[in-house]
Amino acid sequence: MRQKMRALMLVAPLLIFVVVTFIVPILSMLFRSVENDIVPNTIPGTVIALSQWDGSSGEPPHENVYRNLYIDLFKAEEAKQHTRLGSRLNYEQSGLSSLFRTTGRSLDDIGELWQDPLEDIDPNFEEGSFWFEMMSGTGGEDFLETRRELMALMSDEDMSGDVGFVPSEEIIQLLPWTARAYTDFALWAAIRDGDTVAEEDPWESVYGALGMDLTNPDTVSAINSYNGAGASALQAAAANIDQLPQFGFREAFTEEDKDWGSADIWATIKLYSPSMTPGYFLNSVDMTLTPDGIVMKPENQQIYTTLFTRTLIMALIITASCIVLGYPVAWLLANLPMRTASILMILVLLPFWTSLLVRTSAWKVLLQQQGVINEILVWLGFVNDADRLVLMNNATGTVIAMTHILLPFMILPLYSVMKTIPPSYQRAAKSLGATNWTAFWRVYFPQSVPGIGAGSILVFILAIGYYITPEIVGGTDGVFISNRIAYHISSSLNWGLAAALGSILLVVVLGLYWCYDKIVGIDNVKLGG
Amino acid sequence: MQLIKTLTASTALLVVAAGAAYADDHMASDMTLVSWGGAYQNSQIKAYAEPYMEMNPGVSITWDESSNEAVAKLRAMNEANNVTWDLVDVVAADAMRLCDEGLAMEIDPNEVLAEAPDGTSAEDDFGDLLVSDCFIPQIVYSTTFGYREDMVPAGTPAPTDICALFDTETYPGMRSLEKRPINNMEWALLCDGVAKDEVYSVLETPEGQQRALDKLATIKDSVIWWSAGADTPQLLADGEVFMGSTYNGRLFSAIVEQDQPIAMLWDAQVFDLDGWIIPSGLPEERLNRVLDFVKFATDTQRLADQAAYISYGPARFSSAPLVGKHAELGIDMAPHMPTDPANAKNTFLYNYEFWADYRDDIDAKFQAWLAQ
Repeated sequence: MRQKMRALMLVAPLLIFVVVTFIVPILSMLFRSVENDIVPNTIPGTVIALSQWDGSSGEPPHENVYRNLYIDLFKAEEAKQHTRLGSRLNYEQSGLSSLFRTTGRSLDDIGELWQDPLEDIDPNFEEGSFWFEMMSGTGGEDFLETRRELMALMSDEDMSGDVGFVPSEEIIQLLPWTARAYTDFALWAAIRDGDTVAEEDPWESVYGALGMDLTNPDTVSAINSYNGAGASALQAAAANIDQLPQFGFREAFTEEDKDWGSADIWATIKLYSPSMTPGYFLNSVDMTLTPDGIVMKPENQQIYTTLFTRTLIMALIITASCIVLGYPVAWLLANLPMRTASILMILVLLPFWTSLLVRTSAWKVLLQQQGVINEILVWLGFVNDADRLVLMNNATGTVIAMTHILLPFMILPLYSVMKTIPPSYQRAAKSLGATNWTAFWRVYFPQSVPGIGAGSILVFILAIGYYITPEIVGGTDGVFISNRIAYHISSSLNWGLAAALGSILLVVVLGLYWCYDKIVGIDNVKLGG
Repeated sequence: MQLIKTLTASTALLVVAAGAAYADDHMASDMTLVSWGGAYQNSQIKAYAEPYMEMNPGVSITWDESSNEAVAKLRAMNEANNVTWDLVDVVAADAMRLCDEGLAMEIDPNEVLAEAPDGTSAEDDFGDLLVSDCFIPQIVYSTTFGYREDMVPAGTPAPTDICALFDTETYPGMRSLEKRPINNMEWALLCDGVAKDEVYSVLETPEGQQRALDKLATIKDSVIWWSAGADTPQLLADGEVFMGSTYNGRLFSAIVEQDQPIAMLWDAQVFDLDGWIIPSGLPEERLNRVLDFVKFATDTQRLADQAAYISYGPARFSSAPLVGKHAELGIDMAPHMPTDPANAKNTFLYNYEFWADYRDDIDAKFQAWLAQ
């Protein structure tokens, strides 16, 4: 036991290093492939309200959902989170990105539909200080904390600190919607913008929220018997309800964009409400989750299965060509006299030490239609000047360039294994009457198989994740799945999909490794000795 | 009420003035600027980074050439709560995206930018080019076409309009196009007979998108797709392609500075903007330094100076008359600007809002089409 502990202590530095710098980042990246926090975090109230809705009816949800959406979305728009949410949902149903963007721009207008008449009814509603006085009090500490947590989740920011505002218990009971909207506003103004709440004019959403409260007859009658701060203005508003818009938020939203009235849109939002989703993985195999279950994507959007198969097939071709080209070289290296062999070895190592980018760019110069190889072929008369070979910007280019680049990874393990095969075995075979071929094939080759195994595994796994070379010489039909992953990481910013594709790639590699172990045996892989 | 507003405004002014005096001693002494590398970044270094460092000897500037991936990297930095960039050069569409996501700081142009020498406010001097609340435009560039003069078949007139791109019978040879739908879809529709002002309404519909892809499919086999601005000039210089799209400044340097047998095709050139954004949430000291630099780097003279190094039009109206000769070759720069009247006869206006809204959708279709 004590010895084990001691051994553990010895490897601990490396273990900690590997876990912290390698395993944790990889796991957290892979976690993104199922993570879907953005929907429940950005529109939490809407998600809860929407869970009551039965999507199969084909009817849009109840007014209550739209009210929650308005409160949630207004806050998200202030924090500039609504476009991210739109982009996220757009991966699942196209059109949602533009819907959230355009609606985000018009949220103020919706609020003003209530703000303008309210201010006409009582000018007090124009004053930030009046609102502050009416809304603040004591007893709402828990309420404030709940809103603070929601705000922090939504905006990904630290919302702790003194707000300088506590909603009054009485007003929370009396005007629940208004209390939510105003508390959100107060939190944002005080903590994010660093302003004094009492001096700031409330968001348009606060007026909209008061409009929501005033549609409840119980609230109206309660207002009439209310005598706290701002009572007279509230009572004036309650007495003049007919001056406020007579339609609800569902109509206001559908007025801005008719898509908000479509049950499909809401079904998608509801489907992607949970904080975990299989959506990205389905996308990586050209499928998608719809309210009717899992279906294949339309034909013209299917791409990933093609890319995965292409990656595997081309990696196999590259590995095979590396074996064919590398085996004789390794054999020469192992069997020539030391002096000649070391010169050859330098020829193998020099390109290995040269920058990947330089070698790939060199292939560009060689392979293009006006390039060195075509010029020589034309000069020799093998190829007609008008039909020069297309060797680049396609799969051929990728195979040629990658074979060259990965060749040392095949030659070196082969060489180190071949170096250990005693030449006397072959001589013995010949003295027993074997032909050259039999001596090679029956005696020498089987002993070199572990080298082939090691080289193939190295080359294949490197090839499957290759990115730079296919990007530069691959054109469109010579690119690999890793190029799509790079595209989603740096251009389309769909990190979830990139993580899912990466996870699949990882599983495929592990699976192949397992197969290899079953068929060849991993013990047979030798890097020398 | 009015009195209160006036009072608040004047207090705010006082605060700003006090802030400026205070700022002198409270500015970071180093800055990380992000740009595109190559001739463009060089023009920025010559036109304003070096003069600024001469004026402020204690300041050091580090350049990062990641503008191509600025949106992704800024988002990652923001998630990690460690933004190491101070000023980022991006195209207008990316600036809007960053602004929408709150990754770029909103600015008040009249406060942050210098006014024109004649006193015109910055807002009027930049005019319509202030396309986003976060964006500080520097230059107008255009995406247009270059073609090999010596590859035009004998007896055929040189191409004058964009549709030569799709006419592989008259003009055989490969083409190079950017590996993204933006601009390509528009050109395809224009050459498929759609009127210029209807392009975006056609492109809004799935049928229109398919129509554009179908038109592109007619030349799919003769296209090399590029993703770096330097690719097309290189392919043209190598004689790999007959014609290709790229930024006009790159073609300028291939034609004028390197004397290649390439000619420009200004037809249906697409204007676009490039400029600065300031990442949001910078600490005060760094922000003060950046604001000081930006005010200097985007004033009338500096933007005009930049045009001496690269053929992109300055984003200020007041800079245009100051555009002079190329700093090394001594030729007049004005006729090489995309905004020059002789070049801007038939331009195509890029619709930012359309692409902000539809980019996700059309990108997915385009990329799948490419891969098939």
